[in-house]
Amino acid sequence: MKDIGRILLQKKPFSEIMMGNTALVRAMIEAGVEVITTYPGSPTPEIADAARAVLRHENPFYFEYSTNEKVASEVAFGASLNGRLSVVFFKSVGLNVAADSVVQFSLLDLKGGLVIILGDDPGANSSQNEQDNRHFARMAAIPVFEPSDPQQAYEMFLEAAVIASENMMPVILRMTTHVCHAKGRISFGSRPALKQDQTPSFRPEMGEYIPLTSAVASMKKRSMLKLEKVRQLAEISSFNYLIEHKSKKGIITCGLPSLSLSDLLTECANPPDVLVIGIVWPLPMELICDFCARHEEVLIVEELDDFIEKEVKAAAFDRRLSLTITGKFEPDDFIGELHSQNLRRFINSKWPELGLGSGEPASQTVPVLPSRPAQMCPGCGHRSAFYAIKKALKDDDITVADIGCHTLGYMQPYQIGTVLLSMGHSSGTGAGLSLFNEERRVVTFLGDSTFFHAGLPGIINAVRNNHNITLIIMENGTTAMTGHQDHAGSKAGDETGFKQISIRAVLEGLGVKSVSEVDTYNQKKLTASVTEALEHQGFSVVIAKHPCMLKLTRENKRRGIIPERRADIDEELCDRIKECISRFACPSFSIDKETGAVSVNPELCIGDGSCVQVCPVSAIGLGQKERGNE
Amino acid sequence: MNEDLRFNIYMSGVGGQGIGILSEVLIRSYDNAGYLVKGVDTHGLAQRGGMVESHLRVGCTGGNPLIEPGKADLAVSLERTEAYRAMSRYLRKGGVLVYYNTLWQTLGVRMGEDEEITEEMIKSEADLRDIRVYEIFSDRLPDIRMQNIALLSGAVRENVFTGISCTDVASALRDLFSGAMLEQNLDILNCG
Ligand SMILES: Cc1ncc(C[n+]2csc(CCOP(=O)(O)OP(=O)(O)O)c2C)c(N)n1
Repeated sequence: MKDIGRILLQKKPFSEIMMGNTALVRAMIEAGVEVITTYPGSPTPEIADAARAVLRHENPFYFEYSTNEKVASEVAFGASLNGRLSVVFFKSVGLNVAADSVVQFSLLDLKGGLVIILGDDPGANSSQNEQDNRHFARMAAIPVFEPSDPQQAYEMFLEAAVIASENMMPVILRMTTHVCHAKGRISFGSRPALKQDQTPSFRPEMGEYIPLTSAVASMKKRSMLKLEKVRQLAEISSFNYLIEHKSKKGIITCGLPSLSLSDLLTECANPPDVLVIGIVWPLPMELICDFCARHEEVLIVEELDDFIEKEVKAAAFDRRLSLTITGKFEPDDFIGELHSQNLRRFINSKWPELGLGSGEPASQTVPVLPSRPAQMCPGCGHRSAFYAIKKALKDDDITVADIGCHTLGYMQPYQIGTVLLSMGHSSGTGAGLSLFNEERRVVTFLGDSTFFHAGLPGIINAVRNNHNITLIIMENGTTAMTGHQDHAGSKAGDETGFKQISIRAVLEGLGVKSVSEVDTYNQKKLTASVTEALEHQGFSVVIAKHPCMLKLTRENKRRGIIPERRADIDEELCDRIKECISRFACPSFSIDKETGAVSVNPELCIGDGSCVQVCPVSAIGLGQKERGNE
Repeated sequence: MNEDLRFNIYMSGVGGQGIGILSEVLIRSYDNAGYLVKGVDTHGLAQRGGMVESHLRVGCTGGNPLIEPGKADLAVSLERTEAYRAMSRYLRKGGVLVYYNTLWQTLGVRMGEDEEITEEMIKSEADLRDIRVYEIFSDRLPDIRMQNIALLSGAVRENVFTGISCTDVASALRDLFSGAMLEQNLDILNCG
């Protein structure tokens, strides 16, 4: 079996099959990165997995899961002030959390250099929006590299790291979901023999580090000069390339859409010329305008917003270039990933004369298929909680969701948590919903990782102003939805030096008067606790806890512990009330479409038993689990 | 090795069925056989019992790792509903579908709102579009989590993976597993 940690640490050049996220860690090792921080979020968490696999063998860098993206950015920033080349990475919306600090970075000389890896998510594959973070980069005066595949992600990281450390500045590597997760054989260089620098070399007198009032102007100017230097590099970057077909039409593109484009243009009899650019901020405008000047019509192919398009149009206007520049116009042009299917639609709507096929969906005859959205796993403590909490709620109570696996409570059949914004929003949003509202009770939800990440300010606000809401903290001991990363409230595991912070103690320390703690498998007690909390005037908290069963089952399996039991249904007792299916809704239950009989799918049931108490006629029991498919 | 081979494999299943391993084995098998290959898995929320998919493009150099709907030559599915979905959305006319014949009912089916997908529905759609279908099932697995390898093994036996041999797959398994797990998986694969 290949050990990815060892593979990434090799001294000699090598090639290996891996995904973009993993390749980035090799790039960090080759570049001599000393500090890596993050807060988990798709599509980037596998970067952390690879970094931790490396740390099992050697310590070429320090790594931490920070409390949130802002703290992660600040830790990386602090390290870079001391001369450490640092990396912080997180998902697209993580930048919103980090922004208050990140927008300052370019004003200061970051001695060691800092690379920010963003996991943008066109198509909102695993995010609550599809924000285009190139806008942030412009506002914050930070250059942006945009790779199209894992090989390029690795190569661009190396270049970004050089620019960052030579110019003592932040540089963004903007990954997108299917660049992060794309896999292929990637070729790497050798690992230079680097010695870790242990000198804390921060000297406030070396530069201005207090961006206040009059100092800001000169700092801003310095940052703009740095940016201009990067623009000159962008003009001659080896990541730019031109595909010439001697056409009067040209396409300017970048990143993953450039690959979709190369797929589609194989269908064209007279393909347009294509200019692919590697650094998307600041744009290599000389190169671009030169391309524009040589074409009569130019189409800009970029994902999400018309970021490049607006710049190119402005530059062409300034230079009085006479050509037609086409880009985004319809709402659909701004939405979703530009994979081949979407790009086909886009090009056909702008340049039908290229003659791309219509790319019909495969089948015309198949009816609407049963949808299969993500759902809570068998045995999930959140399911047991929602089932029990629902019993304490009235139909018109208002329930506020937050981010995490428990967000899935909004779906059928629980339909709890019916408004969502961002991590930690629930206490604030709930407080607002409770104003001028004597009739409808407000219940808000919060995951335990989110409690620490961004939940606390809203809670403190609710305590201080005695908002009349009931907060239910769904404590499962882990950051479940993003792949089970530890957080400040997780049990201190094998890794030493961690402290477990008790959520209950924090709440009591804040002076929350009404706090109860219930295991979610104890449904009767949870219903009672929530009922009681709802009766409390003012701010009350119920901690609904149960370990994440997916994590536990996997850990057990690794230790050779296979569940011995599974739920079974006593045919004699079963009255086909279907409480287990229509209200509890564990995916382990199946229904026979002919007879309507309920059965348990042995492939899914983990023998947790949280369903047993659900059946009004006690037809669910826990029997020995048979092995295999028999 | 066939230098000109262009072959798109679309894989699908339900989160938790082990599609990640399946795609990792296949990408390594093609790589072992000397092909240029790229792929991508869908991650994120989907792993929580939702639909998951993985794309593999053999002989693809410049393109997007995501296969365009209607352009897959082979669809490999770990579950019957997902096999039907894969076939109708991704498989080209005249393509091949191979699936593990187990059923993980969706909530809609359990609640009686959606129709359950049957073997017959798959067959009749396949006939309409000239698709060859292989159903795989094994009742002798030491662990249900090995359905992915059972499917792989059945599919290798039916020769649906143009360009690779059983030994390419076996050496991919050696990259990914060790110890008893490796032995069990090689046993299921059974290259002979
Ligand atoms: C600002 C921001 N950072 C990261 C994420 C990614 N994210 C989605 S779900 C989630 C898990 C939250 O964990 P927790 O609150 O413990 O809930 P659980 O999934 O364990 O139920 C995270 C971090 C996000 N959506 N927004």
